Formats: sequence, structure tokens, C-alpha cells
Amino acid sequence: MKLITTLVTGLALVAPFAIADDGGRGLEIAKERKARDTGWGDSQAEMTMILRNSQGETSERKMRLKNFEIQDDGDKGLTIFDEPKDVSGTAFLSFSHNTKPDDQWLYLPALKRVKRISSRNKSGPFMGSEFAYEDMGSFEPEKYEFTYLRDEPCAQDMTCHVVESDPVDKFSGYTRQISWIDTEHMRAVKTEYYDRKNTLLKTLELSEWKLYKDKFWRAHKLDMQNHQNGKSTTIITHSIEFDTGLSESDFSQASLKRAR
Amino acid sequence: MRQWVEKLATERAWLVIAALIIAALAAAAGGGNLYFRGDYKVFFEEGYGPLNDFEEMQKIFNKSDSIAVLVVPESGEVIDETILTLIQEYTEEAWQTPFSSRVDSLTNYQNTWAEYDDMIVEDMVLYPEELTEDDLNRIRETALAEPSLNGRIISPDTDVSLINITLQLPDVTDNTANVASVMDFVRDLSAQFAERYPDVAFYHTGIIPMNYSFATEGQKDMSTLVPAMLLLIIVLLAVLLRSVLAMLATVVVLVLTIMATMGLAGWMGFFLSTGTINVPIVVLTIAVADCVHVVATMQYGMKQGKSRKEAVRYSLELNWMPIFITSATTAVGFLTLMMSESPVFADFGFLCAMGVMLAYVMSVTLFPALLSVLPVGAGGRVDDKAPAMAHFGDFVIRHQTPLLWGGVAVVAVLSALAMRNEINDVATEYFAESTAYRQSVEKQADTLSGSQSIDWAMYTDEAGGISNPEFIAVMRDFTEWLEQQPEIDHVSGLSDTFMRLNKNMHADDPDWYRIPDDRELAAQYLLLYEMSLPYGLDLNNQVNVDKSAVRMTSILKNLGSVEIISLENRAKDWMDANAPGIRLTAASPSVMFSHIGETNMKSMILSMMMALVIISGILIFALRSLRLGVISLFPNITPALVGFGFWTFISGEINLGLSIVSSMTLGIIVDDTVHFLSKYKRARLEGMTTEAAVRYSFINVGRALLITTLVLVLGFSMLAFSAFRLNSDMGIATSLIILIALIIDFLILPPMLLWLDKDKPEANAEEQTSLKGEHA
Repeated sequence: MKLITTLVTGLALVAPFAIADDGGRGLEIAKERKARDTGWGDSQAEMTMILRNSQGETSERKMRLKNFEIQDDGDKGLTIFDEPKDVSGTAFLSFSHNTKPDDQWLYLPALKRVKRISSRNKSGPFMGSEFAYEDMGSFEPEKYEFTYLRDEPCAQDMTCHVVESDPVDKFSGYTRQISWIDTEHMRAVKTEYYDRKNTLLKTLELSEWKLYKDKFWRAHKLDMQNHQNGKSTTIITHSIEFDTGLSESDFSQASLKRAR
Repeated sequence: MRQWVEKLATERAWLVIAALIIAALAAAAGGGNLYFRGDYKVFFEEGYGPLNDFEEMQKIFNKSDSIAVLVVPESGEVIDETILTLIQEYTEEAWQTPFSSRVDSLTNYQNTWAEYDDMIVEDMVLYPEELTEDDLNRIRETALAEPSLNGRIISPDTDVSLINITLQLPDVTDNTANVASVMDFVRDLSAQFAERYPDVAFYHTGIIPMNYSFATEGQKDMSTLVPAMLLLIIVLLAVLLRSVLAMLATVVVLVLTIMATMGLAGWMGFFLSTGTINVPIVVLTIAVADCVHVVATMQYGMKQGKSRKEAVRYSLELNWMPIFITSATTAVGFLTLMMSESPVFADFGFLCAMGVMLAYVMSVTLFPALLSVLPVGAGGRVDDKAPAMAHFGDFVIRHQTPLLWGGVAVVAVLSALAMRNEINDVATEYFAESTAYRQSVEKQADTLSGSQSIDWAMYTDEAGGISNPEFIAVMRDFTEWLEQQPEIDHVSGLSDTFMRLNKNMHADDPDWYRIPDDRELAAQYLLLYEMSLPYGLDLNNQVNVDKSAVRMTSILKNLGSVEIISLENRAKDWMDANAPGIRLTAASPSVMFSHIGETNMKSMILSMMMALVIISGILIFALRSLRLGVISLFPNITPALVGFGFWTFISGEINLGLSIVSSMTLGIIVDDTVHFLSKYKRARLEGMTTEAAVRYSFINVGRALLITTLVLVLGFSMLAFSAFRLNSDMGIATSLIILIALIIDFLILPPMLLWLDKDKPEANAEEQTSLKGEHA
């Protein structure tokens, strides 16, 4: 799925078309951000998701992700769940789109059926975690309106552009997001999510960045903290490979059943 | 000590006045640190078992504090275009509620159904303005068939609907302001909708409105009852003392005592709550009695021809010991409340004890100083030793035998009745029927359901264990069992969801409304469903992170702690019998209030024993007579028993507020005995016969006891006007017991003395300076 794209690239709000009163600076940053992450082709990654509640209980989910870049539209992604065992072999396919709602399907091995998922509900939690779908799907600039706020120092002695992005989709769970994008590599290193009543809901921090193909930065650790319910989720990427020989036909409803 | 204070208060009065006023004001300055906590959690100690269970459950699942908005259309039908539009709009707006994390309503219920090979998950009502008659019928049918809606979100005859707003209040000790902001927002919202839809009424129930009522009713008491009480005292004093200046001096002392008490509380880091808000009234009531004794004796002295200063000294000399003893016993009674399981009552006990002792200090220092410098008059009639009292004493002596045995019989019968009271806390009835909260609760009970709940958590201790068909069957059976319990109005759980999903996955074939056959299938259905739920409507409030435990909520009728604890116990028994591997916990504010009443009662019985032992010890020491000390047990113990005997006719329920009454009143009523017996003892030492000594006591102290009892009864009766039942019940029961204590002291104690302390003149006349009675 576009998890990777999203996770990694994403969250940085790139380019929308509405021009805010920042003279278009926010949009400019977003477009630059998107441009720096264009041309990566395809990738495969292994990840672990760790869920915690405020009582200190934890739970792990393991999954593999395949991503395929689509020029001029959202990316395609396939997520295969390995753990927990009960849902092992369950596969999630998603097509992100620039302007229309994303398409999503789930393959249930116990039923041997593929089921479509309504994209209106993209704001719900992903696998019971603190990540919503929309935090993970391929990030497309058209989905937001951007406002440049300021530049300021951010993690690890970097300087960041601080940009607000307001989701265009009325089914989004957020009124706005605020992202910190490092000025050197144009990576979103931190994002704050504000809920429907415009209260800070969650903060995502991305770290353990590695450079691939001399051009594409990927964060290997994502920490999402929910400020309202005290729960948190960490996603750790164990490995990513690029140019793995995937083709667009590997991302179809038919391919879901074959996914292992 | 006494002589020194006497001298200082009369000779250097201005110095004493200045010093004490400065000291009192310095103490009062601490009042700035006081804040009001209108949080129901003030009743529970950190670490209290049921509170722990509740907080653990809140951490494992999400918090479940909520405010429910009951929508009642005049038309008696919610399934129509207008009302559905209203509900949808309200639901949308309700997401803006401060701290809200989810909103559940009829319109945003996530309806699932099969369409070709897909499962659709969608709001029950998306476009209410476009609904056809068929759509309305379908909605009615779906809503009534859905266990999580019918009886909870919509009434079975579809005349009312409920919108439930769940909140995640921050983890801070004091959420009073946050609760108020939530309440303000929702009430405002309802007001706006009521204006747009004049034929629809809105009611607010749930933990948040209850919490809010704790805060507002408590503060209302402070701003109405305390001034009313002061006014009452001013009138009483003016009448009783017949001297404006004496009344003014008393009021100065009272106000300074209250200010100093509350100020010291602030310095010591106490907070105010519905429990401690009564401290001023209680201290005021008791302090006034001290002052009455001092000023009355002084006026008596003046009438005897003493100069003002002489009269003040005379009064101090006579009252020094009795006021100290009565203050000490009262303080001991309050201090034993510190054994209470409920921290606000412990605070209440401590603060009252402190106030009582401050009142004592003030009434023997500042008060005499004020009386020495103010041209206080001698009051009205010269002879205050009402002949009525002498006649009354004669009457009692004449009828001693029938009074004794008749009295003992009445006491015995009423004491036996006292056992018929039931320890019961009905949290929904904590507030008077005049309050908005109570009216909302009643409305909801009439139309939909009770407004109390119990959350049940079932732990499998195995990751993913909730998808095990065997566990789902346990959930289903438990849900069914709960449904059959008379205490339950509504229950629904995840087992219903599993069965519905199974049906949806089989083209909505009703035959498939059953538990999925295997664990993987169930787990994958659940995953699909979870992935399909929108913002805020996820399952995280029902399922823990590793899917090893579920929480289900049951709505209860508005019941008392007896039924709630019984239900909890039966549920645990059921689980032990039917699924011993599953750990079941029950938690909710109702469960907490149910247990605190009972635990508190146990600790209060202990505290009463302790108070009795200490106070009797003080009495024996003060009266220097073991026999009188033992005799005094009767008039000290029985008033509470008789009072609770009467209580069976008034209410028959002992709630949290009443559980502290026995210990508290013991310290107060013992004062009557002290005064009566000390006079009696003195007369005996002077060689009088028992009969003459009894008559002497009546003449000398009878009227004073009547007056102080009147003041105390009126003072505590003020609490009856509180809209908060824990306070009003406490006030009524306390007044009742104080009144009964006087009756017993007047009608049964003297015959007891005549019988048990017959005319064997005291063998050795002990020194008689120990206790000197006062005259009033």
C-alpha cells in the first residue's frame, strides 16, 4: 500500500491548488517536497507496529508492504499482515487518487473473499492503532490547502518550514495538520493533527532516516502519540528494498488472493 | 491559666481584641488558597478498590465519562424527517464539545449490510431530508432490531432518542472547570436546537451533568444556606439575649471563627467540596452555643448587681471548664470521622473539630474581651430561672416510674426499629427533585432507561482471545443473562457485532446471525469491520490493544447500592460458574458509590465505638464519678438509636451522608449530659438528696439546654434546604437526634438518677471546683 509513501514521504503536505494568504509559499514547499520524492519506482518493506495503551499494555502487529509509484495519480499499495496469527495472510490493497476518493479492498483468507471498504471511513484507526488510514495513504498535494507559517529550528539541529495543511475532504477526521519540514531535504519530520473541534489530537514524529538510491529519504521509526486518550503507536521499518521488480499488475484485486 | 486569661481579657481587653482579630485575619488570609472541587471522585480515596478498578478499565479501554442528550419530540415520534434531521445536525455539532472523543446517535450508527459480495458500513441516516416512507420504515426496523440501539439510543416505541457524547477529560485532580465548560457547551447547543425546533425538548443526563450538579448545588448551598444561617442566628440571639451589642459581639466572634477555620483549611491545603461545604454551618451552630453560655451567665451576673467586668470574670470562671469539656467532646466526635473511608468526610471531621476548638478559644478570649469593652445590657427579665423549669422538674420527679419504664420501652422499640434501616445509596437521588439533573434523570427513566451504568470487562488473558468462538459464546450468554436481570435496562456487547457481521458476510441471510465457526474467521470479520469504521466510532472503547479483553456497558435502572452490589456479585458468580477462565471486573461511578456507602458504614461504626469510649472517658474524668459516667452512657447512646428508629418512617435508607451522623452527634449531645450531670453532681456534693439535686439541675441548666438545643436543631435543619441529599439527610437526622437527646435528658435521665443513684449521700465530698455549671 502507500503506507510507505505515506509514512515516509507523506504527512508532509505537499501541493494543493488553493492559494493561501502566504503568497503561495506553503504550496511551493509542498510541491518541492513532492518533487523530491518522485521517481522512486517501487519498493518492498517489512514493518512492525507496536500499540500501547495508557495502562502500559502493548501489542504487536507485523506486516509487509509493497508500493508502486503511479505518475500523475496516487500510488498503489499492498499490505500483507503476518501477525497477529488470527489475521495472518489478510491483505489490504489501496489505490490513492489525487482528486477522487481512494479505492480500498481487504482480502480475508479465512473466507477466501475480497471485500471492498468504503473510503468515506478513511479517518478510522488502522488495525486498532493510533494511525488513521488517512495518515498512511499516499499523500497527494491536491488533498490539502496549505499555509506557510514560519521557519524554526527543529529536531537534530535542523531548520524546518512549518506548514499548515487543511484537508479538502469533508470526511477527514482533522480540521488541520501542522508539519515541520526540514529545509535541507524537505522531509516531514513531525506532524501535529488537530481533531474536528480543532484540539490537538496526535503528534507524529519521524526518525531514523536513511537515504536510498542517493535520493530518497525514508524514516525507519514513526511514533504517533495520542494526546487525548494517552495511547501511542510506533511503526518500525526493518528493511526497505527498491526496484524489486514489481509491476502494476501485482496490485489488483486478483493479486490480493495470491499475496503471501 | 484561667485566672490569667480572665485578667487579660478584662483588664487588657483592647490588646486581646487587637491580637485575636489580627490572628484571625492572618488565618483567614489562607482562604485565598481554597478552591472548590465539584468532582464526584472527592468521595473516594486514592487507591480505593472500586476506584482502582474503574481507572484501570479507563486506561485499558478509553475513558467512558459521558453526557447523554435525550431528545423528546412532542409528536411522540423520532423516526421522521424533521427529528432525524435534528439528530443528525446535533450529532455533527456535538463533535465540537470540548474533550469529546466520540458521539453516538441514531443517525451516525454504523449500519452494516451486504450488497452483492461487499459489506457496506455506513451511517444509518446520511441524507435525512431525502427520506421516503420506505426509508423511514427501514430505519425503524433496523433500529429496533439492533441490540445496541433499541432501549439505549431509541425507545422501543420510537418516541425518544438519545445522543451520547463520550469525553476524554484530562488526568488532573480537578476537572471542575472542564466539566463546566462541557456542560455550558452542551446546554448552549440544546438551547439553540430548542429554539429552532420548538416542539422538541432536550434533557441532559450522565456522569458529566451529575458531576456538574455536585459543583453547582454545593456552591449554591454555600451562597444561600450560610447567609440564611447567619441571619437566623442574628434573629435568635437578639431575641434570646435581648441585647443588640451582645448579639453583635457574638456575630463578630462567629464570623471571625468561621473565617479563621476556613482560612486555616486553605493554609493547610484543603479544598472545598460538597462534603466540606457544610463546615461553616456546623461550626457556626456549635460556636453560637458556646457564646450563648458565656453571655447568658454574664447577663445573669450583671442582674445580680455585678459590674460588667466582674460579670465577665464570673461567667468565665463558671463556664471555663464546661465549655472546654463540651468543646473537647464535640471535637472528639468530629475527629473520629477521620476514620471514614471517604476522604471528604475525613476532611469534614477534621475541619469541624478544628472549628469547634477555635470557637472555644474565641469564646473564652476575644468574646469576654469584647463583652468587657462594649456597654452590653443585662438583658430582659431579672429572673431567668424560669419557674416553669422547676415545675417541669417536679413533674418529672412525680412521674418518675412511668417515665422511666415508659421511656425505656419507647427507646427500646424505636432502637429495634433502627435495625430496619437499610444501607443504601441511590446516586441518582442524591439531588432534590427541584434540580434540573434530577428532572432529566426522571424523564429518561420514564421514557427510555435508567441513567446509571456498569461497565463489565472480560479478560481472556490471551492475545486475540476475544475472537475465539467459545469466548464469543460466553459473551453472548453473559449478555443474555444480564438482559434477564431485573436491575438491567439495556445491555449490548461485541457478541452481537460478531453475529451481525457473520450475517452480513453471508448476504444478510438471517440464518447466519450466529457466532462465526472459527477463530480466524471471527478475527478477520472484526478486522474488516474495524477498518471500515469512521473517525471516532472505532472499537477501541470496547476492545483492548492486543484484543485479549472486551468491555461492555450495561444501563441500569435507577437503583440503590444494595441492588447494584447484588447484581455485581451475581454476575461474578455467573462467570465463575460458566466461564471460570475469564476474569470479570465491574466498574462505574455507580459501583463506586455503591461500595463506598457500605465500606464507610463499617468504618463509621468503628469510629462511633471509639468516640463513645473516649467521650465516656472524658465524662468520667470530668464528673469524677464512675457511676455517673456509666449512667451517662444511656442518654448518650440512645438518641442516635431512637433517631434512626424514627428514620425508618422518614426514609429507611442510610446513605453516605447519614453514615457519619452517629459519630458526629455523639460529641454534640454529650454536652447536654455534661451540663445536666455536672449541676447534679454539684448539688449532691453540697449534700442535697437525689430528688433535690435533680430539681436543682432543672432549675439551673434546663433553660440553657433548651436554648442551645433550639439553636443546634435550627442550625442543622438549615441543611435540610440543601438540594444535595447527602447534606439534607444529614441535617435532618442530626437535628432529630439532638432534639431526641434533650428529651431523653429531661424525661429519662432524671428518673434513672433517682433510681440508680438513690440517696446514699456521696461518701467523700471531692473537691468541687472541677466542674461548675453555668446559669442561663
